[in-house]
Amino acid sequence: METTEAAETTVAARKSRMVSGVRRQVLPPFALGILLIGVWYFISYVVLDASRRFLLKPPHEVVRVGFLDGENLAEMMAGLWSSTKVAMIGLAISILIGVFLAVSMSQSKIIERAVFPYAVTLQAIPILAIVPLLGFWFGYQLTPRVVICVIISIFPIIVNTLFGLLSAQRGMHDLFTLHHASRWTRLWKLMFPASLPALFTGLRIAAGLSVIGAIVGDFFFGRGEIGIGQLLLRYANRLQGEQLLASIIVSSALGVGVFLFFGWLQERVTGAWDDTGAD
Amino acid sequence: MAVETALSFRNISMTFPDGTHALDDVSFDVSKGEFVTIVGPSGCGKSTILKIAAGLLRQSAGTVDVDRERLGYVFQDATLLPWRTVRQNVELLAELHDFPPEERRRLTADAIALVGLSGFENHYPKSLSGGMRMRASLARTLTLKPPVFLFDEPFGAVDEITRARLNEETLALFAQERFAGLFITHSIAEAVFLSTRVLVMTSRPGSIVASYDVPFDYPRSPDLRFDPAFAELSGQVSHSLMAGHL
Repeated sequence: METTEAAETTVAARKSRMVSGVRRQVLPPFALGILLIGVWYFISYVVLDASRRFLLKPPHEVVRVGFLDGENLAEMMAGLWSSTKVAMIGLAISILIGVFLAVSMSQSKIIERAVFPYAVTLQAIPILAIVPLLGFWFGYQLTPRVVICVIISIFPIIVNTLFGLLSAQRGMHDLFTLHHASRWTRLWKLMFPASLPALFTGLRIAAGLSVIGAIVGDFFFGRGEIGIGQLLLRYANRLQGEQLLASIIVSSALGVGVFLFFGWLQERVTGAWDDTGAD
Repeated sequence: MAVETALSFRNISMTFPDGTHALDDVSFDVSKGEFVTIVGPSGCGKSTILKIAAGLLRQSAGTVDVDRERLGYVFQDATLLPWRTVRQNVELLAELHDFPPEERRRLTADAIALVGLSGFENHYPKSLSGGMRMRASLARTLTLKPPVFLFDEPFGAVDEITRARLNEETLALFAQERFAGLFITHSIAEAVFLSTRVLVMTSRPGSIVASYDVPFDYPRSPDLRFDPAFAELSGQVSHSLMAGHL
């Protein structure tokens, strides 16, 4: 009985703390956002004279032309969908290959030594330098775009997953050794769960990079299925400031969206037990 | 009736690859129903003895005789898996030993009740106190009903009051299960309170310099700690520790 009551009090206290926490967490960035929009208006109407206002159209114009005009919106959403698709396929392949490589590296020092330099090299390739080559090899449709996303996003997955797999404490390994656990059991019941917090950290970084990869590929190919990158290029060339700003906002929202999604997923999977977490 | 020897060390020496001479000619036996404590200063090789007993380290010379099939080993840290609840943690060893699910559940429930963690089955380690984590760790070992129990300074990290209580609970477990116990500590009071026999170890290289039989009957009352005979024996152990620790 007493325990239940105590638990209820704790829950109530936690709830009220959460409400005030939300207020404290949400208010400052909200206020800063209002301020930034104010600065934007100030630049549009005060700093720029009417003849140069096309350089930075005021926010309501961006919303009206970019988001409320059905045709423009449809064009942008189609581009956004194309880029999202590329980014997510690339990320999925990165996760599969990256986790597989990290697991192999955790099982064998030789594989780790063999693979690691190439993983670092992959990370060091200036992605723009190989975009033309990939187009040359694979054409300009889905394949090269996905390859770009994989190249740009796989490193954080490999490194974070490997770090996580190797993070289980010595004592826990001793425990598994004492009770004659097989290599597979040790991997599945000890190393893999231990790797989850770090793996998710890698995923959040990789997801953002994959979105960048999708947009960069589309931007530099300048042909094939139209994604958000080609739209950015087109709007900039045609001096369509409203649409340009609107598509920048949309592509940023995509990056933020995937980051938040993986944060949420991490909380769902490891939030109950992970004590090294964000707070 | 001959007493059954559960663990036997014969002329064990240990030199690590870096040249550290950790153990020198250590011999002792632990019989079923005996609780032997090795007391010694930090770094004298006490933990090395347990690791050799468990097969986690291989001795340089000498022979160990122990059945390692169901060895109980209580670590310095609770070494609970943070992603498992108390129940899942306690169930781990039975899982590793492929016990049938029915038996696993029964052993787990019994062990949790025995260490007084009923009601906390679904808690994750991060929400437990240090003492409760140690209890969960004990319960995990208990599920195997090990005939030999090795304790590697298990209560070093908890506060004095919790430690005293955990000592009493360990004694209760010993009284009930009558395993062969080998306990490592640097606390003289803990050693005398728990054991049937206290071995005194000195360092560099680690060797056993004295052995004291502890005459008090089980079950032991917590007040035994204030008995003059208890103080007398503790004093003797302390003197031989100091004599060897120059």
